[in-house]
Amino acid sequence: MIESSQWHKYQKEIPDGPFFFVRSCIRQTFSMGAEAMLQKILKEYLGLKVYEDPRHTCCTGIAYHTDIVPIETSMTVIARQFSLMNEMGYEHLLVSCITSFGMYNEILALWKEYPEKLEEARKNLYKATGRTFEVPKSVIHTSDIIYKYRNELAAKMKYKLVDCNTGEPLRMADHVGCHYAKIFPMKGVGGAEFPQVLSGLAEPWGARWIDYTERRHCCGFGFRHYLLQENRGYSITHSKIKFESLAPHNPDLIVTNCPGCNMFLDRWQYTIAEMEGRTYDKFGHGIPVVSYEELAALLLGENPWDIGLQMHQVQLETLMDKIGIPYDESKKYLGKDGEYIGKPDTPEILLV
Amino acid sequence: MIDYIERLNEDYRFCEGLKACMNCGMCTAICPAAAVFDYDPRKICQIMQKRDNALTEQLLASDMIWYCGQCIGCRTRCPRNNTPGYIIQALRKVSLQTGLYLKSAEGRKQIKIAKTVGENLLTKGYCVDIDLVKPEMHPEQGPMWEWVYANRESVCNRCGGNYHGDGAGAQRKLSDETKKELFAILRETGGESLIRKIQNAE
Ligand code: SF4
Ligand code: SF4
Repeated sequence: MIESSQWHKYQKEIPDGPFFFVRSCIRQTFSMGAEAMLQKILKEYLGLKVYEDPRHTCCTGIAYHTDIVPIETSMTVIARQFSLMNEMGYEHLLVSCITSFGMYNEILALWKEYPEKLEEARKNLYKATGRTFEVPKSVIHTSDIIYKYRNELAAKMKYKLVDCNTGEPLRMADHVGCHYAKIFPMKGVGGAEFPQVLSGLAEPWGARWIDYTERRHCCGFGFRHYLLQENRGYSITHSKIKFESLAPHNPDLIVTNCPGCNMFLDRWQYTIAEMEGRTYDKFGHGIPVVSYEELAALLLGENPWDIGLQMHQVQLETLMDKIGIPYDESKKYLGKDGEYIGKPDTPEILLV
Repeated sequence: MIDYIERLNEDYRFCEGLKACMNCGMCTAICPAAAVFDYDPRKICQIMQKRDNALTEQLLASDMIWYCGQCIGCRTRCPRNNTPGYIIQALRKVSLQTGLYLKSAEGRKQIKIAKTVGENLLTKGYCVDIDLVKPEMHPEQGPMWEWVYANRESVCNRCGGNYHGDGAGAQRKLSDETKKELFAILRETGGESLIRKIQNAE
């Protein structure tokens, strides 16, 4: 736990629901099992009420930050999500995506500062859909909830982040998505300076949290820069800056709370390995990257292949072996009806 | 000449983003874009603080405004509560409105984004959609992604998803009624026309 006189300023209130859940279009693409697992953890392990309305949509955050839609579009789409939430009787919005989390906070701050924009959103929404809305009581990121219940979850976990051979705590690094607290530091646990939302999971879950110089550096998504093939050098460069800073600390895993960061820190390790022959662990497997909910589910004893961990390019077996989590390799590549659907090719350098 | 400063002043992001810059360079020190491009958020503030219309026009037609990666880390660090990343948002908006973005190579790349992300949004209702993350366009995603992509329905549904299904769940299809509402918002608020305008700029 970091001691700081600033620390108490950045503790946020996290309600216990009931929650109106909104998905991340990035998470549901690259970590297809994560949000289902998250809902299972919240409902079945913690007994919280969480509702997912099939009528909710993408928040348009990626289009907004790549400048192809105006803020008036994004704020009206967000107003519609609020309208659905009101209609279903919920007051607390639970957001899976970090870009969306930033968007919701941004729009609420905009409406507070410029009430005429709130009126404009009301007018636009009504004209387009006949809907009305009220703003939520709170907007919470899904990692906030896992942080809030970290001790309750620890008590239910079958496994700890401890090396089963040596009894030593595993070395856990974190990467917090930029839009979690850099835009509105008061909205994140620990703010932008001392983000605690992920590092706070280490101790109760058995690990030793490790700091590194580039901890607060962006993963390199850069919105347009990743989406444009010719600009992806921007993206890989910043992930590489992080890996180089991290590697001397010998992390056993990296935990993330942003769906994009989770994917980039995983995939760029593969790309760097294939381009430069460099991997960031001692044995050539890369450093496993997991989201808070994937990690919680794994430690709670959920089947790794139901969580969707087989979809990571840096494979999770090294981590599971260290912890002593059993897994059935023969079930890894099965489809929805239990049929074998073939194996992915093996990378040339990165060991899988 | 268009009064660019007046247009920028109409955008709250410009007003919020540039209060009073003392040119300390703190934002530049942490800026990921400054680390890899010929880009400097402090310089953006320096230019815009002059409120010089001709200089602003040059900036709007330059690559520079397209280098920011929108991490918004500059907001956290600025000791004067400026947000260069917001100034960039406002500059990009005016550049797109006035067509000046077409004068720079980085600006013209907006056409590609409108054709990919924009098209996804206007047809599927998602900015990012798995069907469009084609492995041939994403070699960095690795062989695992080729496997996921080829088997996406099966893999998704094995992990509790609902690929192209009705109702809730990962990869669900948006219903016609939901799409109707979303597309009406995109039309009403200028999102659709901006995407189409950029798509057809070539
Ligand atoms: S950190 Fe703030 S005051 Fe310093 S140069 Fe950047 S915008 Fe100006
Ligand atoms: S938002 Fe843009 S200008 Fe600000 S630090 Fe990030 S990349 Fe640099």
